[in-house]
Amino acid sequence: MAIEADLAGPENPRRRDYLQFAAVSVAAVGAGVAVLPLVNSMNPSADVLAQSTTEVDVSKIEPGQAIKTSFRKQPLFVRNLTPKEIAEADAVPVSSLRDPQTLEQRTAKGHTNWLITLGVCTHLGCVPLGAGEGENRGPFGGYFCPCHGSAYDTAGRIRQGPAPKNLEVPKYNFTSDSVVVVG
Amino acid sequence: MSFPWAKHYEPKNPVMQWVDSRLPLPRFVYNAVGAGYPVPRNLNYWWNFGVLAGVALVCQLITGIVLAMHFHSSAASAFDSVNVGIMRDVNAGWFLRFAHANGASMFFVVIYIHMFRGLYYGSYKAPREMVWLLGVVIFLLLMATAFMGYVLPWGQMSFWGAQVITGFFSAIPVVGDWIRIWLLGGYAPDDAALNRFFSLHYLLPFVIAGAVILHIWALHIPGSSNPTGVEVKGEQDTVPFHPYYTAKDGLGVVVFLILFSVLIFFAPDYLGHPDNYIPANPLSTPAHIVPEWYFWPFYAILRAFTADFILPAKLWGVLAMFGSILLLFFLPWLDKSPVRSGSYRPMYKVAFWVLVADVLVLGYCGGSPAEPLFVILSQIAAAYYFAHFLIIVPIISHLETPKPLPGSITEAVLAKTGA
Repeated sequence: MAIEADLAGPENPRRRDYLQFAAVSVAAVGAGVAVLPLVNSMNPSADVLAQSTTEVDVSKIEPGQAIKTSFRKQPLFVRNLTPKEIAEADAVPVSSLRDPQTLEQRTAKGHTNWLITLGVCTHLGCVPLGAGEGENRGPFGGYFCPCHGSAYDTAGRIRQGPAPKNLEVPKYNFTSDSVVVVG
Repeated sequence: MSFPWAKHYEPKNPVMQWVDSRLPLPRFVYNAVGAGYPVPRNLNYWWNFGVLAGVALVCQLITGIVLAMHFHSSAASAFDSVNVGIMRDVNAGWFLRFAHANGASMFFVVIYIHMFRGLYYGSYKAPREMVWLLGVVIFLLLMATAFMGYVLPWGQMSFWGAQVITGFFSAIPVVGDWIRIWLLGGYAPDDAALNRFFSLHYLLPFVIAGAVILHIWALHIPGSSNPTGVEVKGEQDTVPFHPYYTAKDGLGVVVFLILFSVLIFFAPDYLGHPDNYIPANPLSTPAHIVPEWYFWPFYAILRAFTADFILPAKLWGVLAMFGSILLLFFLPWLDKSPVRSGSYRPMYKVAFWVLVADVLVLGYCGGSPAEPLFVILSQIAAAYYFAHFLIIVPIISHLETPKPLPGSITEAVLAKTGA
């Protein structure tokens, strides 16, 4: 009698539907939660994150020079801008830029001559030229990516070519006048 | 599932009878690729390429499993384990490695011909849409597998290929950078990325094998198409797969193996890139990054977008590149012509060959440096590629007057032989 009512009664099918819905929902949530550690395991592991700061001694870099070092296994450009290069970067109207930023926003206070960026082209990740001695710095005097011709200016800002953004400026902090900790 | 005149499996051997009554696996094989599968009698050699793709998959699985026994998936030792260990120290390692690397190229040659066969003869049309859709899925899996395999030797092209391809994902707005770091397990390709690529490179071929089984299953519901595109009308239109097409495919396999051997033994590095014999160096980009030849047409589409239009150019490039493949999923519904075979479609036939030429141009551009001439050429060719599927094919299916179709497969065959 009760079972028949369960199957045929006007409001009773809802009871079974409810139980089924609740059971499947609990199982779905359980399966979803079980996936989380699997997905999370693919995020950078502790040893990768442990390499996330790099100390650079900048005392040997003369104005106009740049060095290429490594930060989180990515190339890092540290460049000592000349007053002329700073003036060139400041002369550009910010509104004309694809990714509008001033040199001041891209450097540390009191250290505006130090342009510290990742050496990773924001197009498809090649290493731009211009940090090494005698390398092509491109039409804007900053960096030039040989892969697809993106040109960056003396503030590491994208000026020409397919790259959508300025060279990324990592977090960094001058611990003294000659030592900078990146990351 | 099959035509009523299909032969039934009747094992004479008592062992096979015993097995068949408990697990009908021999029966399954007999009905799939044996005498139990009736096939149109007029298939030409373009129909070899399905079986050839299966042969290529098996070659890759076997050489790959043995290579994995000698490979080290660590950024410090992967390059040496391939270029010193496998190529010099492991017995016959050079053969396995060249067979596997060139086997990938052979696989793509076969797959591209197989796909263009389907395009010319309208094999994607009802009732075989599911065969086509599964085929596109297999193609996507194949590309993912090939890409990850190319990363494993950890040479300069491996590394920068990984950097560029995972860089596609950073084009996704807002979450792109996070997705890329998650995919790589770090900020640049390194141990974490190499290990997971190796894991997936080992897994995906078995996923492909599973998808191939579904592909063949879906094919066997309506049965194979044929060069006339006219459906099978009776027993006189078909012959059993075995021995007729096992023999015809067998000849194709021999030719395939000859060409494969020529590559392995006489030009093993012809399709490779010399930069990949330089160990990966995260601080120095090769002057000219190119993927393997089989990705060139898609690479050309990626690079064809150079100007921002609402979205950044880079995102357009990535969307167009994936779109160029995803577009194939819609083809069965874009081509409304009831006539399958291009042989009876005068306008479609022209459009087909123009598309072949267009893809070759894209391939040529994709393999060339990004100089202005090639960029413009890729832009034109990429635009035509999309126009072919989205505009030309739908319009042709309305405008075209197809040639009269033969009454049956047998009639077409007899007309050809003059009997």
